[in-house]
Amino acid sequence: MSSASASQALGSPPLAPPAEALRRGRPRNSVGSWPLIDRAAYMLCWAVGIGLCVAAGAIVALMLVKGIAYVRPNLLFTSPGVGATQATSGGFLDPIVGTLLLGGLGVLIAAPLGVAVAVWLGEYGRPAPLARAVESGIEMIAGAPSVVLAIFGLLMFSRPFLAFLSQTSAGGSVFGRSFFTAGAMMSLLALPLIVGATREGLAQVPGHVREASYALGKAKITTIRKVLLPSVRRNIAGGVTLGLGRIIGDTAIVVILLGATLHLEGAGGAPGLSTLRGTGGTLTSYVKYFSPAGEGNQAEKAYAAAFVLLLMVIGLNALVTRITHERRGMFERMMAWSWLPFWNTRNEEDVV
Amino acid sequence: MSPARPPRARRIAGGAAPTIIEPRPLPPPGASPDATTGLQGAAGLPAGPGLAGGPATRTFPQNGHAAAHAAIPSAPTSALAPTGATVERMAIEGVWLAYGDRWVVRDVNLPVRQGEVLALIGASGSGKTTLLRSLNRLTEITDGATRAGRITLDGEEIETMEVNALRRRISMVFQQPNPFPMSIYENVAYALREEHPPKGRRRRRSRKELEPEVIAALQRAGLYEEVASDLDHPALRLSGGQQQRLCIARGLAVKPEVLLLDEPCSALDPISTATIEKLIVELRSDVAIVIVTHNLQQAMRVADHVAFMHLGELVEYGPSAQIFGAPRNQRTRDYVGGVFG
Repeated sequence: MSSASASQALGSPPLAPPAEALRRGRPRNSVGSWPLIDRAAYMLCWAVGIGLCVAAGAIVALMLVKGIAYVRPNLLFTSPGVGATQATSGGFLDPIVGTLLLGGLGVLIAAPLGVAVAVWLGEYGRPAPLARAVESGIEMIAGAPSVVLAIFGLLMFSRPFLAFLSQTSAGGSVFGRSFFTAGAMMSLLALPLIVGATREGLAQVPGHVREASYALGKAKITTIRKVLLPSVRRNIAGGVTLGLGRIIGDTAIVVILLGATLHLEGAGGAPGLSTLRGTGGTLTSYVKYFSPAGEGNQAEKAYAAAFVLLLMVIGLNALVTRITHERRGMFERMMAWSWLPFWNTRNEEDVV
Repeated sequence: MSPARPPRARRIAGGAAPTIIEPRPLPPPGASPDATTGLQGAAGLPAGPGLAGGPATRTFPQNGHAAAHAAIPSAPTSALAPTGATVERMAIEGVWLAYGDRWVVRDVNLPVRQGEVLALIGASGSGKTTLLRSLNRLTEITDGATRAGRITLDGEEIETMEVNALRRRISMVFQQPNPFPMSIYENVAYALREEHPPKGRRRRRSRKELEPEVIAALQRAGLYEEVASDLDHPALRLSGGQQQRLCIARGLAVKPEVLLLDEPCSALDPISTATIEKLIVELRSDVAIVIVTHNLQQAMRVADHVAFMHLGELVEYGPSAQIFGAPRNQRTRDYVGGVFG
């Protein structure tokens, strides 16, 4: 038989299988047939998973119930007042501003630093012993309790040569507490997350993409700036958002390095600079202050502030999920993230 | 021609005298279809050594499965329309390449000529990709890679040239389509922006300045018609074949003298492959092309000269018709006949 007639005899199949040939459902491998130990482990996994969901749900539900009961829109827009009762102690505008300021400052320091460290580690990594030392240094910072970082920061920023970052008392001793100093230490909390996310992204960029850029006569640094960093923008944004979440959720550094005051207390001088060199508080320190364990002891205020804080953190987490989950069209939306440093902003508007 | 470099003719004049090579010799008389029986049988290749009479018989259908098996008449004449005189652009002389202490390319001598396509064929691990990557000094980015021998571009040794300038003269397209995460326009414009522009030219040229060059490059790569209205769309949204043509456009935008193609179609469907092969054949008159391919039929379709490499050695080099029609070496005969691969 010639090959032509053979192919005719076979014919070409239809584009979809006939309906009766479709297998309904998937073949099932019942758990009941597993060995006992496997079944037990399987059940344990289920139990732990459900337990975590219940715990998370309970926290959110409790804060929701308590929070909604006490949160009032005007609380968001009034400064804390001095008063022993709910009616007179005002809202938490200052802590919200403080949270945003501190988060912004921390990310502003951590993002460029973290991306730079990640690029150096991932793309250069020479000299190798130094790179290894930096890697373990970052791991150490990631593992250090924030209260340790806070104490270290207080010691460091109380040195006279760093006096410009905070206030100096009449006696000449440096206060060491300000948005600047707290922001600097907060950036250490975010740094490992940003470094990790960026490195992970860089590792995923295939080698031939780098080579394609070199093959066009581009230097390594141009390749990093124009090809690699735009490729990992999603990872960087994810790391930054996670880091921001860590910063706004931290209390120890606020208490020790920011003063945990109810109001933003400027240090005097130029308006913006005055605030940044001055002390203040955040939602976390506000919650601590007004919790039954704190000096304020007005639980309703604490619940309301905690509710707002929780909403902020959940919002950030949702943002991370959105950013990091690969989805069709996500890339284009991410192109709008040109506010982050190191961004290839030129012609970005062409792409969106 | 961009004013970035001295005109081509002058550079050639400055280097070694260009070798004007006679138009490709016709295959030896013995290269009849009968000589390729092994080739037809085992490898299931189309009848005849895949040599068409001229441009009229080289068909690249734009759609349908026919594109995958472009009709190749059995007449064993010239494979491709002769492009007239060929000019030697690069000379590979006694080149050895090693990763660590393993020599993966051993004493290879080859000419790279403008006006023809040179195909490097051979089994995996034969060193053909390494050889290709050494032509634009991309092997240098691999730790522990060493090279011996001489590679010249227009008579000038590539070792002595500034590497980024060299890579703009010898550009490369990779196996996987790898557009950068930018718009289609930006992908080409990125290539056009020089690291060290000549005096009097800004490093960041405006879109107005660059657009004609970008469009010209896209047109040369046969992509412009398909993307004309979407120049600002992300390049990653294009199909695989379009992405690969964008990579070719990017490579052509810098107006290279040599274009290196590292299995450019292995990740593509038959229709995209046909389009790109057609493009390669069209481009060879103004740029020297070296293509690495695993696909023997592809080498037959596009190459004027073929170099067969095996375990780092150049086993046989000759006109496509001779390599596929009447290989002189037993190993070549076995490889093109499908005995190993």
